Amino acid sequence: MVDPSAVGRSFTPVTARVEPGRLRFFLNTLGEQNPVYRDEAAARAAGYSARPIPPTYLFCLELMDAERPFEFLTELNIDLARVLHGEQRFTYHAPVVVGDTLTFKSRVTGVADKKGGAMTMVVVETEVTNQHGAHVADTARTIVVRN
Amino acid sequence: MSEMAIDHPAVGERVVYKTFPPITRHTLALYCGASGDHNPIHVDIDFARAAGFPDVFSHGMLVMAYLGQALTDAIAPSRIRSFWTRFAAITQLGASLTCEGHVTELIEYKGEKRAKLALTTKDEAGEIKLAGEAIIAL
Repeated sequence: MVDPSAVGRSFTPVTARVEPGRLRFFLNTLGEQNPVYRDEAAARAAGYSARPIPPTYLFCLELMDAERPFEFLTELNIDLARVLHGEQRFTYHAPVVVGDTLTFKSRVTGVADKKGGAMTMVVVETEVTNQHGAHVADTARTIVVRN
Repeated sequence: MSEMAIDHPAVGERVVYKTFPPITRHTLALYCGASGDHNPIHVDIDFARAAGFPDVFSHGMLVMAYLGQALTDAIAPSRIRSFWTRFAAITQLGASLTCEGHVTELIEYKGEKRAKLALTTKDEAGEIKLAGEAIIAL
């Protein structure tokens, strides 16, 4: 069980750089062939200053560069083996491209028991800003804990 | 790319459709490294069994990444305002995924014409793995 008093807790901000080699690994893993992600000229023709990232890659950047990738689970005493991903949301405000340095600031916004306490849903919302201080995205993940 | 086709979408129109090859253990291992999600439940069968699962299973975010790929094959990434999914069921090894998106509503937000898409990812048996929504600028 997760204590509802966890709502409002925030975690160590994560700073992550959008590195071309790591991005290529992600694109290759997914068989992603869209030239906008792979070809600098195609990205510029589409109006970007450099190659953009795919829509879910923000989630990966935060995990890859966190000192403690599952900090919020550890801090809330949640066992990784009992966690499933319930929902994921991305809201995009401005482009993120190769070379950007992003800061992720996360906090707990919801804790709710479901199915008579058999499961607990935990919502963590994250604000993402870039090296210029621009607010580029918001993400929200809902974790299902099997109690 | 069919980007021009979605400039004037009609409600009910299917604008996103893509199929993907079966998910292998190798895919899960690569995604573990490429995504930074090192949860052993997706790559270590001993860990998965100890947690009560018969085998390893896909990262939800791998499946969402495939859906995102299907989405940006059809719609330029710069047009996507939001992207949301619910993970309806665990995606098993070997699943061959089909991602689809249909226009459900035409809307306007702060002067920008937008469309709401209903998104699904199903396996080869037709079971819904992901159900979600994207808002795109037209």
